[in-house]
Amino acid sequence: MRGTLSDRTGAALLMAPLLLFLILAYAWPFLGVVKWSFTLPTPGLGQYHALLTDDLVQSVFIRTLRIAAIVTVVSVTAAYAITVVWVRGSPVQRVVAEFCILVPFWISVLTRAFGWVALLSNRGLINTWLQSIGFISEPLTLVRNEFGVIVGMSHFLIPFAVFPLASAMRSLDERVLLAARGLGSSRMRTFWTVFVPMTRSGIIGSALITFVFSLGFFVTPAILGGGRSVMIAELIYLRIFQSPDWGLGAAISVVLVVFVGALMALLFRYVKPKQLV
Amino acid sequence: MPTYRPGPVSLILAVLVALFLLMPLLAVIPVSLTPSRMLTMPTGELSLRHYRSLIEDPRWLDSILLSLRIGIVSSILSTALALTFSLGVWMFQPRFTAALVGFVLLPMVVPPVVSAVTLYFLLTSVSGLTSFFGYDTWLGVAMAHSVMTVSFATVLILVSLSQLDRRIDLAARGLGASVWERATRVIIPNIKFGIVTAALLSFVLSWEEIGVTLFITSVNAITLPRLMWMGLRDNIDPAIAALSVILIIITVLVLAVRSVITRQRAAKA
Repeated sequence: MRGTLSDRTGAALLMAPLLLFLILAYAWPFLGVVKWSFTLPTPGLGQYHALLTDDLVQSVFIRTLRIAAIVTVVSVTAAYAITVVWVRGSPVQRVVAEFCILVPFWISVLTRAFGWVALLSNRGLINTWLQSIGFISEPLTLVRNEFGVIVGMSHFLIPFAVFPLASAMRSLDERVLLAARGLGSSRMRTFWTVFVPMTRSGIIGSALITFVFSLGFFVTPAILGGGRSVMIAELIYLRIFQSPDWGLGAAISVVLVVFVGALMALLFRYVKPKQLV
Repeated sequence: MPTYRPGPVSLILAVLVALFLLMPLLAVIPVSLTPSRMLTMPTGELSLRHYRSLIEDPRWLDSILLSLRIGIVSSILSTALALTFSLGVWMFQPRFTAALVGFVLLPMVVPPVVSAVTLYFLLTSVSGLTSFFGYDTWLGVAMAHSVMTVSFATVLILVSLSQLDRRIDLAARGLGASVWERATRVIIPNIKFGIVTAALLSFVLSWEEIGVTLFITSVNAITLPRLMWMGLRDNIDPAIAALSVILIIITVLVLAVRSVITRQRAAKA
């Protein structure tokens, strides 16, 4: 029955609205942005040349890669710890872990960044408390620097890092763990030599998702970095709205997409899409 | 049922992570009760003035209403587009499905800031054509939000379709049902839950969208997140804390209701 004319028309009619919508509202304007990168302010490769030589742009790229790497390590490690309990804990532990993962996941990035400001700022919860017990006399600078950015971004990304790990841990055959224990391996050794290697696909997936997300992060670094540790996304914003240098902003966007695309290609080489969900 | 339970070390680590995850959400509660006009911990006296200012200050109310309107319109648009597309994929299984679905998922994987620049380009380009659609208009924002949410809605609907038994559709088809009847009387009633979830997710994503909204609005279309952003960047307004507390409470309630419903459905099945 497949492939008759009416079937093909039906499929085309049903699928066309969304495809048209995305071509008009997404693909076409993206090509426009690519055009900007080659034509503003003057036609040519000038913006890409500036990208490679401008010290400011270079330092922002390096900072972004560094922060993304640190955030990835922190988030995946933390996510691993809570996922173990979410997947393998007792029923009560699982409900509590799920609550702790899903509530932050559903709360907006702004509220969460604001929560960190309330905790970390000079007159925030942590400084007030440390001063009241006389531990410090001057408030610690915990926000408007890279530390604040890393804390806020890790907090945002942990729930995202949890999902690939959870699916890897769920599909793991626990008889292997019992076998390792039965053969006399300690809990620690079973964890490090059996459990962790068997969830490798989840770790890779979770690390790549976290890293890719970190590269394009805008809101959290802008609020918790306080303009002092600018990352790529904020640089694009500043180039378009403050300098204004649309060509350079567009060129950075194009480079970011290409870089993320390459990383995604790498991801799908090692992990099948099914294993990520 | 897993019999191999986590040991004390992993429990302690998990508790630390859980505290880290909940800490900033709990921190906004004392701040929201401060009587001061600045962001401080309350010392002694508590006050609800920041909650009152949410209702009394027209800026907050206006942006809440605007965000609701944008969220509803963009959620309807993206759910409708996602539903028709997914029905096409599922009912006809056309060639190139994987490539087409991949294309539809692009806004989900492209870094949001790049999507923001793209939508900025689009809306500034069409701004000259009409006054009610384009840069800094509510319709422009609603459309841009649909671009950003339609991938998520499509994924959810495709997932619920993948759990549907094809034989019921084959039976309907064998009994002579038209494409329209199969879609509206057989398939859609069976994926109702998925469609509602997709619409809700689209609404929530639009309601809290800030990355793209920052690029495509300036003075007219001030959505709630946009107003919060302004309050966060300049002088931190404790009204944001009050608003955050309310949003957190709503989230917790919705999640609780959802988990009850999911459990009931699981019990029925």
